[in-house]
Amino acid sequence: MLTDAEVSRIRNDFPILGQEVNGHRLAYLDSGATSQKPQCVIDAEVDFYSARNSAVHRGAHSLAVAATDAYEAGRADTARFVGAATNEIVWTKNATEALNVVAYGLANASAGLGGAEAERFRLGPGDSIVATQMEHHANLIPWQQLARLTGAEFRYLPLADDGRLELDGLESIVDSSTKVLAFTHVSNVLGTINPVARLVARARQVGALAVLDACQSVPHMPVDFHALDVDFAAFSGHKMLGPTGIGALYGRAELLDALPPVLTGGSMITTVDMDSVEFMPAPQRFEAGTQPVAQVVGLGSAVGYLTELGMDNVAAHEAELAEYLVAGVDRVPGVRRIGPDAAGERIASVAFEVEGVHAHDVGQYLDAQGVAVRVGHHCAQPLHRRYRIAATTRASAAVYTTQEDCDQFLGALADVRKFFGVS
Amino acid sequence: MSDLEQLYQQIILDHAKERYGNKPLIGDTGQGRSPLFGSSHQVNPTCGDEITMEVEIDPDTGRLAVRWDGQGCSISMASASVLSELAEDLDAAEFEEVREAFHELMHSRGKVEADEELLGDAAAFQGVSKFPARIKCALLSWMALKDSLAQARTAGGSQ
Repeated sequence: MLTDAEVSRIRNDFPILGQEVNGHRLAYLDSGATSQKPQCVIDAEVDFYSARNSAVHRGAHSLAVAATDAYEAGRADTARFVGAATNEIVWTKNATEALNVVAYGLANASAGLGGAEAERFRLGPGDSIVATQMEHHANLIPWQQLARLTGAEFRYLPLADDGRLELDGLESIVDSSTKVLAFTHVSNVLGTINPVARLVARARQVGALAVLDACQSVPHMPVDFHALDVDFAAFSGHKMLGPTGIGALYGRAELLDALPPVLTGGSMITTVDMDSVEFMPAPQRFEAGTQPVAQVVGLGSAVGYLTELGMDNVAAHEAELAEYLVAGVDRVPGVRRIGPDAAGERIASVAFEVEGVHAHDVGQYLDAQGVAVRVGHHCAQPLHRRYRIAATTRASAAVYTTQEDCDQFLGALADVRKFFGVS
Repeated sequence: MSDLEQLYQQIILDHAKERYGNKPLIGDTGQGRSPLFGSSHQVNPTCGDEITMEVEIDPDTGRLAVRWDGQGCSISMASASVLSELAEDLDAAEFEEVREAFHELMHSRGKVEADEELLGDAAAFQGVSKFPARIKCALLSWMALKDSLAQARTAGGSQ
């Protein structure tokens, strides 16, 4: 568990958090959208460009070797951090791309690419793809598209009123026709932590691939993909204290080596002829073209920073913040929160609507008090429609979030309705 | 006045509640509507705000009659309300002149003085121009009216 003194020292590691915004101390509660970066991550990119920049996996000069070593060390560190083997981590530009690599890889297999070993990935009429009603659009639209491309049926697991998945119908929705079960580890709106074991067990029973969106879990709790036993998973660098422009796809080694690539071109082949091509094994087969090398190095540094803090400590700190934020938001009159109450089943990401005041106006008022939150549908329109809300305000924490940040937010929230003349 | 108070002037908050012109739409039924009719649905994809604006051009006087329905933040709702009230006294060409002035004001980053004579209550939106993230909110209904008006005029041309 992190003490208050440790959390304030952590906060000081993030130079951006030291500034004033609109005449107030900055309370950054938009970490669910993107996290801030500690000095070591910023330094790692500067150091890479200052001392080691070169093309990776090409060329044999000393700088090229140093750059390749740094790039692959970032992969090894990140793989260890999420309980994966090094060759099971594929770099993408973000988590959205990672999920699309799986969906369109399956589409390519369904169109006949990949030979016999890709047969397990083929879908067509009579098959089904299942996602959930709480998905971020990034883990929804690619599956809708895949269904359209292949003629498979698209289904979803619905949301219950309390912000959890309604799993009473799990056995009938995920059935013998299901080839893919895609779901998020943690809801980016509700903060709900989903029962991965139960969902993966059902996927295993019917022989479906289990695809996990881990964007909101990897930055906030210990995650071990081997232990979770998922087939594929996606997460993004910029939400876990790392740079933008870098995301990762995890896949079980045997699956990655069989999945047809989506992006093809340089650096992902073994032999090219004018009428044939052989691809490299994973991860290189998915990394065509020049890669975001400095970003990988920065992400490696972020992983090192989080490892040093200890993800158990990070999770315990954020669980405390979750309880504090939920209780605090629930105390403000005229505020309706969506998402589960229980501590331990949610992360410190709290979405709500304010009676009589649109989320954009709430966010504007909070911003004037130095409080940065997200407003809108958070790339989850079906979820909002399910709760009959057009837009919510979301306060989301990270390891550097302090109780003072929460108090500043809750104090400002309490004044919103008065300012807009609705209380 | 702070930037926030300039953004949320009382006149804007009042219009956001009043919602002038926010009434049942005629839609496709076409009952009793002018032959010069247009309708436009606009969405702000970042926040999900949406508005449908209908316009009828009086065939004799050329005057506009506007009705709208939608949901959104106080800036977008107030803007639709102000626009509906303004548009009543205008014909299509006059609306275009006002719209251009409003558009320019919104993109001025707070550096242009609003022409109150031309813009009326819409001049109160000057404070919005200092908040680039909110300009789209203010312009949503104006885009919808511009679009529906173009349709109404086309409807006239095809007769």
